[in-house]
Amino acid sequence: MGVNQNRKHRGYNFAFLDENTKREIRRKLLKAVAIPGYQVPFASPELPIARGWGTGGLQITMAIIGPGDVLKVIDQGCDGSVNAVNIRKLLVKTTGVATTFDTNAASIIQTRHRIPEEAMRQDQILVLQVPIPEPLRYVEASEAKTREMHGEMDYSRMWVYLYENIVQYGEITIGARYPSLVNRRYLIDPSPIPRWDVPKLNQAETLYLFGAGREKRIYAVPPHTLAEPLEFEDFRFRVEDFTGRSCIRCGATDTYMNEMYDSSSGRKLFVCSDSGYCDRRREQSVTQNLACAEPTGHPLGRVPPKAEALVAPIQERSRSYPTASKEAGALEQVVIEGKEAR
Amino acid sequence: MGNVLSVRQLSKHFILHILGGKVIAGCEEIGFDLKQGEFLGLTGPSGAGKSTVLKCIYRTYLPTSGQMLYTGKDGRQIDLACAPEREMIRLRRREIGYVSQFLKVMPRVPAVDVLAGELRQKGWEMERARQRAREFLKIMDINQALWDAYPSTFSGGEQQRINLARTLITEPRLLLLDEPTASLDIVTRQIVIRVLKDSKAAGATMIGVFHDLDVMGRLVDRVFGIEAGRSSTQCSPPQVATDLTPVPGHYYDSASVECGAGASTDRRGSGRIASREDTL
Amino acid sequence: MAATGEAVLDVRGLTRLYGAGCPDCLVLTGPDAGTNICPQCHAIVACNNISFDLEQGEILGIVGESGSGKSTLLRCICFDEEATAGECYFAAFGTGRDDAFSQTGQARRYIRNHLLGIVYQNPLMGIKPHFTAGGNVAEKLLTADVYNVSLIRQRAATLLQRTEVPLARMDDFPANFSGGMQQRVQIAKALANNPPVLLLDEVSTGLDVSVQARVLDLIKEIQRDLGIAMIVVSHDLGVIRLLADRTGVMQHGQVIEFGLTDQILEDPQHRYTQLLVHSML
Repeated sequence: MGVNQNRKHRGYNFAFLDENTKREIRRKLLKAVAIPGYQVPFASPELPIARGWGTGGLQITMAIIGPGDVLKVIDQGCDGSVNAVNIRKLLVKTTGVATTFDTNAASIIQTRHRIPEEAMRQDQILVLQVPIPEPLRYVEASEAKTREMHGEMDYSRMWVYLYENIVQYGEITIGARYPSLVNRRYLIDPSPIPRWDVPKLNQAETLYLFGAGREKRIYAVPPHTLAEPLEFEDFRFRVEDFTGRSCIRCGATDTYMNEMYDSSSGRKLFVCSDSGYCDRRREQSVTQNLACAEPTGHPLGRVPPKAEALVAPIQERSRSYPTASKEAGALEQVVIEGKEAR
Repeated sequence: MGNVLSVRQLSKHFILHILGGKVIAGCEEIGFDLKQGEFLGLTGPSGAGKSTVLKCIYRTYLPTSGQMLYTGKDGRQIDLACAPEREMIRLRRREIGYVSQFLKVMPRVPAVDVLAGELRQKGWEMERARQRAREFLKIMDINQALWDAYPSTFSGGEQQRINLARTLITEPRLLLLDEPTASLDIVTRQIVIRVLKDSKAAGATMIGVFHDLDVMGRLVDRVFGIEAGRSSTQCSPPQVATDLTPVPGHYYDSASVECGAGASTDRRGSGRIASREDTL
Repeated sequence: MAATGEAVLDVRGLTRLYGAGCPDCLVLTGPDAGTNICPQCHAIVACNNISFDLEQGEILGIVGESGSGKSTLLRCICFDEEATAGECYFAAFGTGRDDAFSQTGQARRYIRNHLLGIVYQNPLMGIKPHFTAGGNVAEKLLTADVYNVSLIRQRAATLLQRTEVPLARMDDFPANFSGGMQQRVQIAKALANNPPVLLLDEVSTGLDVSVQARVLDLIKEIQRDLGIAMIVVSHDLGVIRLLADRTGVMQHGQVIEFGLTDQILEDPQHRYTQLLVHSML
């Protein structure tokens, strides 16, 4: 399902970028993999998408994609949101590769703000779009200083930030972009993924590549590498708690869910953030004749614009995470979606 | 019993660069021996160089020449004149005590902690040190109401007793006393005499500078006279009390002259400063 | 606790130049030349071939007028500035004979975080005014790998109490504190990880007299209780007299006299030291 039939546009090099540029990016990727968590500067050329709209991830994908790859692009877990659709279109038009909504079927997944629910394999690569690659930006404004801090592995100020958080609020309030230490050496910003996804980076099967186009940085968490969220002995890292919640579409209780408010009934509703995963579960439950607790129509589902109908069967706008409202990625999201005013 | 301290031809000159390199004699070729448990009194007119000798032994002054052979608790002989600074610090903490006329303490530290601090320096645990400090304040007859007060608020006599106590509490083997009874009231003087006698009975070796010859007569075994920086005479204490008139050159009747320089009337060192606290 | 005879810090030939320098800089400057500016190349010789060692539990005083190089000496030891020449050994680092000055930034950071406590004259150099008082102490503990919030808070409370910072202000920002209180927060922070070596730069300068006494007593107490070795830099001979066992006197970038503190104060040998001592109030 969802395999794109578009033909490759002939006016551009394969995957838009010229081969030298791709080679340059691949070299930087190799360095990033060789030094897990280290932010490698790269040239970040212009693209037909504005910087800050996923160009970092896009360039990585362009540099590594081949004609035989199967591509999946998601934005906050959803295959159908604007950012994902546009990036997918650009990649398909310039490469002609097959696309999919199925995590298991993809060889490259480019994503913004989520890691798919299904465990990924070693033959897959996850490319994350990063708005702010510098985890220390919370505590230090100067780039020169933060690079020195990384060089000397001086992360005490990040730790104090977490400590002060606990003193002030009784817990660590960072929702997304939770700072994690890679390979016991470099602190990374894992991009604005929710805390739910952070443990997936640790000792994974899959290669995670992070690209920040505006900030011109590439970094990586290779497979089988430690990626540990900063935590205190008595204030452990915790993922979001969805106890007692279940997805209104597929009934899942073990996924990261978006919270929505149904103004007609006044109820809070929860729905899987990973639309591909949710769809697959629904298909399975239909084929197994299992009753669905909720009507199949999405309560807040919107009629998709025509252009997206092809690729996005479930028209669910990605929602912001309640806990993520403070971080900078949220701002970007407002710009992109224009509707999620907070 | 062997000598605890042998002073040989000890000389100390001060070169004052700020007065154009003026040389001032502190003491000249002083020599004496001190046996374990002995109490030696240094006498002489004001400015004769008595304090200079004490301060040289304690190494507050760097001797210009001569030897000061000290035999430590472990039997090792150390020349205090050229011992490394850290060796001196160790000896000061463990074996050699010095009591001046003036109490210099950390401000805003209660009396009991001033004494306890000395024991803490030797590695005592806090409560035990405080306990011992209280015992000592009692021995020193300090009013219990003052134990937790700051010594800077004490009367002169009380301050002097604290001053003595903070040195005695560490039970030094060699005790250097620079006028411990100067300008004390009668009661305090009695207390000081009592505790010094106790220390002596406990085996401490002592050298004292006294202006009060009556006090000295009651404490010391032997007297060593210094005059104009040079040793003049040595005698036994009973004679001290009877002869209170300083006679230049024949300060006291000689009992056993054994110092290298012998009696001398060479009065160099006019304008010498012996007690340099005056100028500091 | 008395000095044990083992050097926790050994500094050899520490030299710090400002400017390009020439082969004769070290010879043409110093007390005899009456300047620390090289007449040939105009480089400033802040520290000229300084050597000393420090035993556990020992307090070393460094006196000298402003500009004599005493603060630069401290700043080189804690890597705030790079020594132009010389070696520096910490007993607790590596084999004990690994020169700290030639280590990587990361290794130096380790030494600074684990083996050193630093108290600057200006408290805002040592603490961050927009971290809470407790957070500042926490920072030092976190750099030394203590990752337990309740432990950190306990230790911070103990240290702040000891430095007489009211516990009620533990979660306030030092930006709103008085200078004296900021200084006490800084000392609490410097002590947080029980460093074997503590560097104190004019620590009581600019404090109320009442606070000054308490701070000095605190430092003495720390030395006695924890056996921390310290270098106390001050132009105040009174502070040096109360704290230091041994004292070095600096002038024009050189150590001109080293000795027992009471000997330096009562029987100074060098012309400049005599001037300094006799100028004492």
